[in-house]
Amino acid sequence: MSAARGSLARRRALLAYALVAPASVLILLIYIGPIIAVIFASLTDYTLVRDGFSFVGLENYTAMFADEAFANALRNTVIYAAFFLPGAFFISLFLALAIQSRKKFRSVLEVLFFLPVTSTLAAMALVWAALMDSRQGVINNTLTSFGLEPVNFLGDPGFVLAALAAISLWSIIGFNMVLFLAGLTAIPRNLYDAAAIDGADHPVDRFFRVTWPMLAPTSVFVAVTTSITAFKLFDTVAVLTKGGPARSSEVFLYLTFLEGFEYFNMGYAAALSVFFLGLIFVFALIQTLLSDRRINS
Amino acid sequence: MARLSLQGIRKSFARTEILKGITLDVEDGEFISLVGASGCGKSTLLRIIAGLEHPDEGSVSIDGKPVDEASPKARNVAMVFQDYALYPHMTVAQNMAMPLIMGRLPMRARLPGMRLLTPGFAPLRREIATQVETVARQLRIDHLLERKPAQLSGGQRQRVALGRALVRNPHLFLMDEPLSNLDAKLRVQVRQEIVELHQNTGLTFVYVTHDQVEAMTMSNRVALLQEGRLLQVGTPDDLYSDPDSLSVARFIGSPEINVLPAQARAGGFEVGDQFIPVPHQLELGSDLFLAVRPEGVMVAGAGARDGRQMVTLAVTRTGMEDLGGEIILHTAVKGLPGIDLRARLQKEAGGVDLDLRNLPLDLNLSFSPRSCRLFAASGARIRAGAERAASLPTSLESVG
Repeated sequence: MSAARGSLARRRALLAYALVAPASVLILLIYIGPIIAVIFASLTDYTLVRDGFSFVGLENYTAMFADEAFANALRNTVIYAAFFLPGAFFISLFLALAIQSRKKFRSVLEVLFFLPVTSTLAAMALVWAALMDSRQGVINNTLTSFGLEPVNFLGDPGFVLAALAAISLWSIIGFNMVLFLAGLTAIPRNLYDAAAIDGADHPVDRFFRVTWPMLAPTSVFVAVTTSITAFKLFDTVAVLTKGGPARSSEVFLYLTFLEGFEYFNMGYAAALSVFFLGLIFVFALIQTLLSDRRINS
Repeated sequence: MARLSLQGIRKSFARTEILKGITLDVEDGEFISLVGASGCGKSTLLRIIAGLEHPDEGSVSIDGKPVDEASPKARNVAMVFQDYALYPHMTVAQNMAMPLIMGRLPMRARLPGMRLLTPGFAPLRREIATQVETVARQLRIDHLLERKPAQLSGGQRQRVALGRALVRNPHLFLMDEPLSNLDAKLRVQVRQEIVELHQNTGLTFVYVTHDQVEAMTMSNRVALLQEGRLLQVGTPDDLYSDPDSLSVARFIGSPEINVLPAQARAGGFEVGDQFIPVPHQLELGSDLFLAVRPEGVMVAGAGARDGRQMVTLAVTRTGMEDLGGEIILHTAVKGLPGIDLRARLQKEAGGVDLDLRNLPLDLNLSFSPRSCRLFAASGARIRAGAERAASLPTSLESVG
C-alpha cells in the first residue's frame, strides 16, 4: 500500500514539475539569465571594440562612484523626479476624484485623459518639441502675447528637466488616474452611507475618514510604479535633448545608454545597470512590504 | 425618543417606481418592522427615513417636524447596515467613536494628525473614549476595542455596528436586515438581544427584514410591504390571524397558509363538494378563496369534534417533513388539481392515538370553518359584516 502511495506521490510531483517547466524555462531565459549576464559583464572590462575581455573585479563599481558623470546623472534624475512625482500623483488623484462623481461625460473624460498613454511617446515628443520651441513654439507665442519673456524650455539648463517632467506628466496622468478610479470604485458605497449617518458628511471628512485610508493600497501602488517610471526616463531625452544642454538633462538611463552604445564601455554600462536594478528592487520591495501589511489609518 | 411620520412617500429609480405612496405613523418607543420580499422597497424606505435617499414625493417628519431637507446627521438617526459597514481601516474603538468625534469635535481638531496640535480637546477626547468603553462593556465587546473589523467574527462585528449606533443617543434606531449575515443559532440569540436593547433604551426602532419570523417575534407592530405599497400594518397577531388580504395571509406564517378555491352559494360557500354555511354577505356564484393555516388542519376523525360541521377533504399524501415535535404533512386534494394542502400535526397532541409515522396514503383531512378566512377573487378579505373578528376567533383550533 505505502509503496503504491509513494509512487503515486512521485508521479504527481513529476507531473507538477512538467507543468511548471515551460514557464520556469521562459522566466530563466527572459529574466534571470540576462540579469546574471549583466552582473557577470559588470565584473569585466568588456567593450564592443575589442575581442575578448578580462575580469576586473569591482573596478567598474569603484569607478562609478568616483565618476562625476554618474553623480551628475543621479542628481539630474532626482531633480526631474522632484518635478514629476508630486504632479503625477496628486494631479491624477485630483482628476480621478473630480471625474468619479460625474455621471455624464465620465467615460468621455476618461478616454480623453487616457489618450496620451496610448500614443507613442517618442513621436509625441517631437510634437512637444514644436510646442516648446523657443522661437515659433505655441507656448512661447502665448507667453509673449501676455508680455512675458520667451523661455527656451529645452535649451535652458534651468528649465530642461522641468520641461521633460511636464511632457512625462502629460503621458502618465491618464494612466494613474485610471488606477485611482479603479481604487475609488472598489470602495464600498455603504461606507459613505455609514459616514453620512455618523455625521461625516462634509467632503473633507469623507475624504480623510473614508476615501484616503481606503485608497491606501492604490496610492502605494501608484507611488511606487510612478517612482520607477521616473527613474526610467529615457526616450524623450534621447529624442529631444540628447542629454543637453551641457549635460543638464543627462539622466541615469541616458548615461547608461551613452556608456554602452556611444562609448562602447559595456562593462561599465553593465555596472550602471546593476545599480539601476538595485534601485528598482528597493522600490519594488517597499511596495510589496506595504501592500502586505494591514492598512493603518 | 421620537415619533416618526411618513406621508405619501413615493420614489422611483430610473423608470421603476419603487415606493408608491407610503403613509405610516410610528409611535415613540415603538418597535416596528418593515417586512416584505426582496425588491419590495423596504430598504429604500429605510434609507429615506435615514436621509440617505430623498423621496420624489411625500414627507418625513420626526416628532412632528418635517426633516425632508435635513441631513442624516441633523436627523440624529442611527443605522445598522446589513453588512455592518464598519470602517475596515479603523479599530473597533475608532469605529464606535466616529459619531461622537463627528458630533463634538470641530473640523480643525478632526483633521488627520491634529490630535497633537489641538491639546485643548484632550479632555473631550478622553470623554469620548470613556463613553465608547461604557457602551462596549454593555455589549460585551470591551476586550475587542483595539482590534480591526477583519479580526472579528460575524457576531462580534454585528455588536460593533450596534455599538456605533448606540454611543450617540439617537432619536431613531434604524436597522437594515442586521441578522441576515449571521448563522441560524446566533441569529436567534442576537434577535433576543436586540429586543432587550429596545426594552432597555426605550428608543423608537425601525427594523427592516425579509424574514417574517424575525418581524413577528421582535416587533410591536409589523408593516408588510409589497411592490412598493403597504399591504397591512398591525400587531403580529393581527397580520397572522386577521389578514386584510390573501397576499398578507400568504406572506406571514410558515409553512404557508393553505388556499383553496371556493364558490359563493346562498347562505354559504362550496368547497370541493361540500357546502359550508357562513354568516358572510357573499356575491352569489362568485369565486372565492378559502384560506386555512396548516395548524388548523387535522386528520379527519382524530380530533374531538366540537359539534360543528367540519370541512372534510379526501387527499393523497405526497410528502412528510418531520420537524421533531411536529410533522408537516403535504397532500394533494382529490378533485382539486394543483392544490397542495398542508397540515401541521403535533406528535404529542393530548389524548390522540394517531400513528403519524404510518399514515395511509389516502386519507381525509378536515378543518373547522371557524379557522378559515375568506377572500374574494381579487385577494381582498371578506369579513362577516359587523361581527368581524368577534366571530372569527384569533386562536386557531388545533388537533385535539
